[in-house]
Amino acid sequence: MNVLEVTDLRVGFAPDVQAVRGVGLSVGQGEVLGIVGESGSGKTALALAVMGLLPEGTRTSGSVRLRGEELLGRSDRELSRVRGKDLAMVFQDPLSALTPVYAVGDQIAETIRIHSGATRAAARARAVELLDLVGIPGAARRARAYPHEFSGGMRQRVMIAMAIANDPVAILADEPTTALDVTIQAQVLDVLRVAKEATGAAIVLITHDLAVVAGFADRVMVMYAGRAVESGPVDEIYRRPRMPYTIGLLQSLPRVDGPAGEGAARGRRAPIEGPPSGAAPPPARCPFLPRCPVADAACAAAEPEPILVGPGGHVAACVNTSATADPAAVFPVPDVAVPPPARRPRRERPIVLEVADLVRHHPVYRGALLRRRAGSVHAVDGVGFDVREGETLALVGESGCGKTTALMEILRLARPQRGRVAVLGEDTAALSPARRKALRRDVQVVFQDPFTSLDPRMRVADILAEPLTTHGLPIGRRVEELLDLVGLEPAHAGRYPHGLSGGQRQRVGIARALALEPRLLLLDEPVASLDVSVQAGVMDLLEELRARLGLAYLFVAHDLAVVRRIADRVAVMHLGRIVEIGSVDEVYGAPAHPYTRALLDAVPLPDPFLERRRRRVPLRGDPPDPTDPPPGCRFRSRCPRYTALDAVESRLCDEHDPRPRAVGHDADRSVACHHPLIAAKVEL
Amino acid sequence: MAAFLLRRLANYAVLVVLAASLAYLLAAAALTPRANYEGRAPRPPEAVVDAQLTRFNLNDRTPLAERYGTWVAGLARGDFGRTWQGEPVNAELWRRLGVSLRLLVLGAVLGSALGVLAGAYAAVRRGRTADLLVTFLSYLVLAVPVFVLAVLLQIVASRTNQATGLRVFEWVGETTPGASDGPFGALGGLGDRVRHLLLPTATIALAQFALYSRYQRSMMLDVLQADFVRTARAKGLRRRDALLRHGLRTALIPMTTYFAYTSGLLLLGGMFTEKLFGWHGVGEWLIDSVTRGDVNAVAAVNCVAAAAVLLAGMASDVMYGVLDPRVRTGAVA
Repeated sequence: MNVLEVTDLRVGFAPDVQAVRGVGLSVGQGEVLGIVGESGSGKTALALAVMGLLPEGTRTSGSVRLRGEELLGRSDRELSRVRGKDLAMVFQDPLSALTPVYAVGDQIAETIRIHSGATRAAARARAVELLDLVGIPGAARRARAYPHEFSGGMRQRVMIAMAIANDPVAILADEPTTALDVTIQAQVLDVLRVAKEATGAAIVLITHDLAVVAGFADRVMVMYAGRAVESGPVDEIYRRPRMPYTIGLLQSLPRVDGPAGEGAARGRRAPIEGPPSGAAPPPARCPFLPRCPVADAACAAAEPEPILVGPGGHVAACVNTSATADPAAVFPVPDVAVPPPARRPRRERPIVLEVADLVRHHPVYRGALLRRRAGSVHAVDGVGFDVREGETLALVGESGCGKTTALMEILRLARPQRGRVAVLGEDTAALSPARRKALRRDVQVVFQDPFTSLDPRMRVADILAEPLTTHGLPIGRRVEELLDLVGLEPAHAGRYPHGLSGGQRQRVGIARALALEPRLLLLDEPVASLDVSVQAGVMDLLEELRARLGLAYLFVAHDLAVVRRIADRVAVMHLGRIVEIGSVDEVYGAPAHPYTRALLDAVPLPDPFLERRRRRVPLRGDPPDPTDPPPGCRFRSRCPRYTALDAVESRLCDEHDPRPRAVGHDADRSVACHHPLIAAKVEL
Repeated sequence: MAAFLLRRLANYAVLVVLAASLAYLLAAAALTPRANYEGRAPRPPEAVVDAQLTRFNLNDRTPLAERYGTWVAGLARGDFGRTWQGEPVNAELWRRLGVSLRLLVLGAVLGSALGVLAGAYAAVRRGRTADLLVTFLSYLVLAVPVFVLAVLLQIVASRTNQATGLRVFEWVGETTPGASDGPFGALGGLGDRVRHLLLPTATIALAQFALYSRYQRSMMLDVLQADFVRTARAKGLRRRDALLRHGLRTALIPMTTYFAYTSGLLLLGGMFTEKLFGWHGVGEWLIDSVTRGDVNAVAAVNCVAAAAVLLAGMASDVMYGVLDPRVRTGAVA
């Protein structure tokens, strides 16, 4: 029986924006529907419309039925009896979604008291039970803590506890894991699974990440430009997608289990790049038309209606389904005419960046205004690596592991707190100010967020010319060259950043970094804030530029799939240390450190079949407090391998901090673990 | 918390001493109490004037450092010195502080409470008639100087009195002499005080209302779109309840800073109101003392004002701690 049924839902914002245009869906008890789409596709507006939480002045029409009762058009008073009781929602950002001034236990208790009229004490007790159910250790004590005292993953558990407090019949989860690390994402999805089993609720999981949905949803709906363009059982959608957009989305997805980074992804182009047709869709044609490789005349005639294309109610809104029978053939494989110039072996290439035993501790002060030093955050605590010409080294790890701090320390080009940074053979500690400025030309940076890292009051041309004027170089035709280099039009030079899409802005960011012809580019999560389809294009660009210009990249990322696609070598960081470093193929193929193994395990695969069969050992808990790293091995409190060791073996982990040592047959590979996974394999 | 407050207090004490000293030095260097004697009809002999001035530590022929030393020594005993006429400053100061507080407290509390509510309401009804009305009213009041506002109110009051034939409004002084001797006794005295308070309270409340409604409106607009208000509604709270319990509660936190510092400055800002309604409070006294060149009185008022502002600052710290758990726990900064 379907508990939540939405038919022909339309949401319009003033003045003339249609966010959702006639979407229908139905979810049964205990069923999980995944809604996938890129930003601006209308998926959040859909969820808020179902909840009746859209801002005033929004036009909503259609029908939303919860257990047969119509919700649309009801007053706030009537809806408030349904919201939080039968229909609950989990929001994306657990930091801002909880009221900062109330204890979490009270916030959950409030949810209970609103609907049941329970006594304060009873509601509190129930709140503690719920916190325990979602796996918050020491629930009775933690119920009195405030949201800012929880980590992101723990806050999201609180949100889930709040959502299931009154045994809802349906839960809407809007990007519940987007703001979280992969390891925490895996934990939260498990909690959501527990919540589903505890309440038997139907779940609508909204996400931009096809991989998250693959292992969790029963059915999937793909949204594009406010329409459901394809929907059906999860296996059908992933195995036999029929709408070109879905096919493109699946193909542009970087995968941890895909062919390895260098060169392998080169055959695949970003199939569906281009600005998503946003606010006002032209009437009477397929909205995907401008980006579609198999479009024909019929596509421009009318907006296609969904038609049945497969078993289990698999529908796709495409008129040219005959062309999409073989998904692999939809997007033409570009002829890679110019193979990347053969690189010399790693040993022979010059070292561009050398970092040894780099340390950066931030002092921590406690007390609001009574500032006394209470210790220091060991943000970067003895990190060493080198980057050679023409290669990409990726630093990966959970948030707070020190990867960005390490990058910023290198960028300072100054004497580090401890250790040594050498750029192009020059020790940064010994640089004169003039020499340092000269060296800055060779080291440039691209930041994560293209929306905030470009001055909104400067035109693109000025943004690109600024580094040149700073270093007293002639501008000439350089701006046009740079725009061409990153695949933008000369016309973009006159635009302001807000007139560009996210992908275009990031291209401007890259062009700015390239203006001075650097030899080393530091990239701080350059694709993390972009949609999957745009991501692929930017990564292609970065790969192409590296090959053409002989650049070296230091690439900071949290996304292991992205790293696999773009990097040659990878360094896995945990709590300010590099626990494993080596070539991408070897590290991903046979991880030596249990932490690397756990990170890789936590990444969901965009394949329902594989995802369901995977046997993973989830990482427990959050990373330890960086102000007080535990003695011995810093990873042992979360280490799945540590628990399986005997007393003698685990003593080593308790007492000795593991130093990096070489493993495997690659001389450049090392791991900081007393009981590495590969060594163990050799012993067997 | 106690240790933190003590330390804060010590910091503030240093600041108060600094502010008071600078105020004294400025007043002593710039004001000339001697001129008061020189204007007298039979001009007193020079030696008598000198002796008189020296007695009150007001003689500009004594080196500034020496006068300052004497003043500080007096202050250490809690003595602000004497006015040029030989009255003790302390007694007058406390009396006038009492008058000022009686005048200001009601208006300030009323004005800020109404301002916060109206600001919050205007934010919720953004762009609607109520919002436009509150916005218009507050801008109008902000644009009109207090003395114009007070005079306008007095005109309206006098018309009302004429029209009704009753003395509903009073706008001179704090009481009518002999009010409590009437048939109602002490009750009549109270009624008389209230009638005298009506107009000045309205003046002060309007000015405060205008200011706070603007602050609160912008604070509230920030939280209106906040995710946690949406969460509260998703829990099943109605829009109004969610906005009050979660929105307003959070939006009040930054307001404490405004509250504290504005009320610290209110004491001095009340001078126009005092003058216009004939209340003999601190503000009026400050102006009169400046014109009379009364160095010790000016320094005393400044000293009290500095202490008031900094005490208000401390009150705001405490309130912040009470309202905001993120500050209370002193988490990793």
